Amino acid sequence: MFWNLFIPQLLNGLQLGVLLFLLAAGLTLVFGIMSFVNLAHGSLYMLGAYFAASAYAATDSFALAVIAAVGGCVVLGFVLEQVAIVRLYRRDHLDHVLATFGLVLFFNEIARVIWGPQPYSLPVPAMLDGAIDFMGISYPAYRFAILAVGLLVAAAATWLMQGTRLGMLIRAGSVNPEMVGALGVNIKMLNGLLFALGAGLAGLAGVMAAPILSVQVGMGDPVLITTLVVIVIGGIGSVSGAFYAALIVGVVDTIGRSFLPMLLRELFSRDVANAAGPALASMLVYILMAVVLAIRPQGLFPAGGR
Amino acid sequence: MNARKTIFALLITALIGTAGVAQAAVKVGFTGVMSGGQALLGQDQYDGFMLAVELKGGKLGGQAITVLKEDDQLKPEVGSQIIKKLIDKDRVDVLVGLGFSNVLMASLKPIVDSGTVAIATNAGPSPIAGASCAANLFFVAWSNDGAPEAAGKLAQDKGLKKVYLMAPNYQAGKDQLASFKRYFKGEVVDEVYTQVGQTDYAAEIAQLQASKPDGVFVFYPGGMGVNFIKQMSQAGLMGKLPVYSSFTVDGTTLPTLKEAATGTIATAMWDAVLDNPENTKFVAAFEAKYKRTPSMYAAAGYDAAQLLDVAIHKMNGVTTDKKEFAKAVKAAAKDFKSVRGSFAFNHNNMPIQNYYAFQVVKDGSKVNTKQIGTPLASHPDAFHDKCPLK
Amino acid sequence: MQNTLHFQRFGFIIPALLLLGLAAVPFAANHIGEPFYVTFIARMMVYAIAATALNIALGFGGMVSLGHALFLGMGAYSVALPAFYDIDSGMVHLLVTLASCALLGFVTGAISLRTSGIAFIMITLAFAQMGYFVFVSLKNYGGDDGMVITQTSKFFGLDLGQPNVLYAVTLLVLLLSLWWTARLRVSPFGMVVRGAKQNARRTSAIGFSTRRYQLMAYVLSAMLTGVAGMLLANLNAFASPSTLSWVVSGDLIVMVVLGGMGTVAGPLLGAISFLGLEEFLKLFTEHWMAIFGPMIVVIAVLGKGGIAGLLAWCDQRSAKGNAQ
Repeated sequence: MFWNLFIPQLLNGLQLGVLLFLLAAGLTLVFGIMSFVNLAHGSLYMLGAYFAASAYAATDSFALAVIAAVGGCVVLGFVLEQVAIVRLYRRDHLDHVLATFGLVLFFNEIARVIWGPQPYSLPVPAMLDGAIDFMGISYPAYRFAILAVGLLVAAAATWLMQGTRLGMLIRAGSVNPEMVGALGVNIKMLNGLLFALGAGLAGLAGVMAAPILSVQVGMGDPVLITTLVVIVIGGIGSVSGAFYAALIVGVVDTIGRSFLPMLLRELFSRDVANAAGPALASMLVYILMAVVLAIRPQGLFPAGGR
Repeated sequence: MNARKTIFALLITALIGTAGVAQAAVKVGFTGVMSGGQALLGQDQYDGFMLAVELKGGKLGGQAITVLKEDDQLKPEVGSQIIKKLIDKDRVDVLVGLGFSNVLMASLKPIVDSGTVAIATNAGPSPIAGASCAANLFFVAWSNDGAPEAAGKLAQDKGLKKVYLMAPNYQAGKDQLASFKRYFKGEVVDEVYTQVGQTDYAAEIAQLQASKPDGVFVFYPGGMGVNFIKQMSQAGLMGKLPVYSSFTVDGTTLPTLKEAATGTIATAMWDAVLDNPENTKFVAAFEAKYKRTPSMYAAAGYDAAQLLDVAIHKMNGVTTDKKEFAKAVKAAAKDFKSVRGSFAFNHNNMPIQNYYAFQVVKDGSKVNTKQIGTPLASHPDAFHDKCPLK
Repeated sequence: MQNTLHFQRFGFIIPALLLLGLAAVPFAANHIGEPFYVTFIARMMVYAIAATALNIALGFGGMVSLGHALFLGMGAYSVALPAFYDIDSGMVHLLVTLASCALLGFVTGAISLRTSGIAFIMITLAFAQMGYFVFVSLKNYGGDDGMVITQTSKFFGLDLGQPNVLYAVTLLVLLLSLWWTARLRVSPFGMVVRGAKQNARRTSAIGFSTRRYQLMAYVLSAMLTGVAGMLLANLNAFASPSTLSWVVSGDLIVMVVLGGMGTVAGPLLGAISFLGLEEFLKLFTEHWMAIFGPMIVVIAVLGKGGIAGLLAWCDQRSAKGNAQ
């Protein structure tokens, strides 16, 4: 009975982790190389979901929805970077926090103006609709798909980072941006590209999450906080760090939310467990982050090695 | 400086609020959730209310009315502030809407202290049905316990033995599950409270599956309901398990859910398929004007306006005496025709009405609701004994 | 040697006039029969106090705390929880506020200050989120719905639940906070804290334990924010976890930066402008946030001088004009 519950929860945790990775990858690169705190990343995720919902409503094609989400976010990310973000690179983190905070408020309201207050929906693509039964458990096929796509992106990201010249420039840039610029690389183009890439990944996360969650204003905010936690735990600027940290956070959060109340119920009275359980479960991820920061402030898998 | 600001603000508000109405005789303050994931609920209530006003030529009870619309953002603190502003600054004659139960609870004191007539079109919390009842506070939607009690009775009548309960962790959520248990006498396998506004229920659904109940009852209004039902459907549970719900699968969420909600049974005081002349007229007019099917929230808003129409008429258009106005509103319940069928105010100002059961069925390529029964007829709320009002 | 308070035409007179205006509000509002404005402006002043408190950590100390809403909420619950048990003594509420915020500030500050930069921002955010979840989970004390406060704070026969009394007390606390901040800014303690912001290494090379001074500044900032929270609870007669949201923390930072970080009058100017602008925009459109958001972006892009910086620039211009 325990395994009946544990396996699906583990899979849920991994699936959440993979979605977080898609978001964290872009965010951590932007922070690591441009040293830019982007609170509006959650808004890019939300807009990706909205682009997808609109594209689907117009064309009935999930594939086109994905293209709309990723493409739309890449374009939006690039434009945003050229118009606003580029003016803020030399400033300190406080200005970044302020500017992107303003952007979050703006995007939330604009989304409401353009798409209205009602939640939108994207149905699961027909071939992925339904559950896969194995080992006596049935698990939604679509969530398996998310896992698969996420792992694919992680593999692609690894190939990009380790096996291509661009990846080498990115890794070098995360350790010493000035040097890379001094060596004659067009750092402005690199930055723009990077930001757009991160935005595209956020859009991909948005379109993949859309069939599970309803697309609504403000859907990016809670996800943003968790993503920030992920990149801090993983190590700023490190994509591999973001991957492992995202999986850890996803699994800890999901397993914590499901098993901690149960565990507490064994040890304490039902009232205490029902009160403390959800609170502790929600705090678990933050406690984890605080512990990591206290012991190893540079993150668990920092960029540039130990 | 302050006086100028007041006049300026009133001018702007008057300009925005009353298009083409020469003089505002009755001022209505409408509050509800207009932004965020649950925004459609507030919007529906407002649209229902304004539709009734429009059908009466922009007047209620023969009086021209101004409606000041405010967004409480589903935040109790914001709700309390806008209620105080509407009462103290704008000096409205009547408050309508009042938002979700948690927002209403925070605004309770200013409403009761001021004596302004207030009509709730969304909430129906048990404390106000009981000891905290007030002569100037009316509920034309429901009491929070009505629909879940009907679901509990239906589950009991259908022979369910083990039920799994879920709701968000706030006053209304707790009220709903407690009410279900009042009429369901079988075993409650587990009672799970999730975070308000939570989007991913994967963990909870896995838990549900593992507990192997023979039925589920949930309360997830707005966006939460969309997410939950979708995810239940994706987990393959829809055919395997009867899903009872209140406020989860309704006019606001069914257009988004479509087939995912097939087979679910919802209990409510109203649905668009209810067959009575008032309702037929309402649904047709709503669909023509707003291009969407109304929800029970819109029905409540519409009925609030109808009620006010009769009450203001009784007062001959003069609503300055708050106590008399409140009495008129109470008496008006006997004379107005509700879209839901029978309606009466209990002594605690909560509705006495029928609670129906509706099932979502596939109709070719579309989904439709079908009435499958009336588990509770002319049903008063469970807390009225605690209310000292006569 | 310069005086602590220069007589600057703009930098001093504008805030002074503003304070005089604030003092006049209750009389004017009641005179024209619009008592609503008393609570309306009082709310602005409460946030001004909170912004002034944040300025001590952020403006003087350079510590970007995205979690100050934690202390605001703690102060509010320091009134709500005793009131739940029918304890309405204002002194008790105040003691609980100061003690709980000092303790919380000390613990969270000590841990947070082990980090810097983005990690500091994140960890302060995390602590506020933890506080939020704790209060949401306290079902007996309202949880997500919040708590209605039936017994507001009472001091020596005065009830803070009364709008005019609350207004007077808030104004008094605001004036005291401004005076205190002004003194703090140029005191030896304040100098070390500001030095640590400018160049931590140099300051510690002179022999100061910068971390200790920063922690002290953080704790003082937390305690004053808690007092603002206590006033907020009395104003609304309500306390809810939404006060601990990160958006509130973000709003406070915007107020401080908008007004002028590190200055004395900055937070006051920032808070009044921020909240005033919000209300002003609301008159025109329900989509005011779509204008407000970009305005914040513009503020960030334009630089950290803020309104106080603008006034100082006016002073410089007029001083140059006089010199010629």
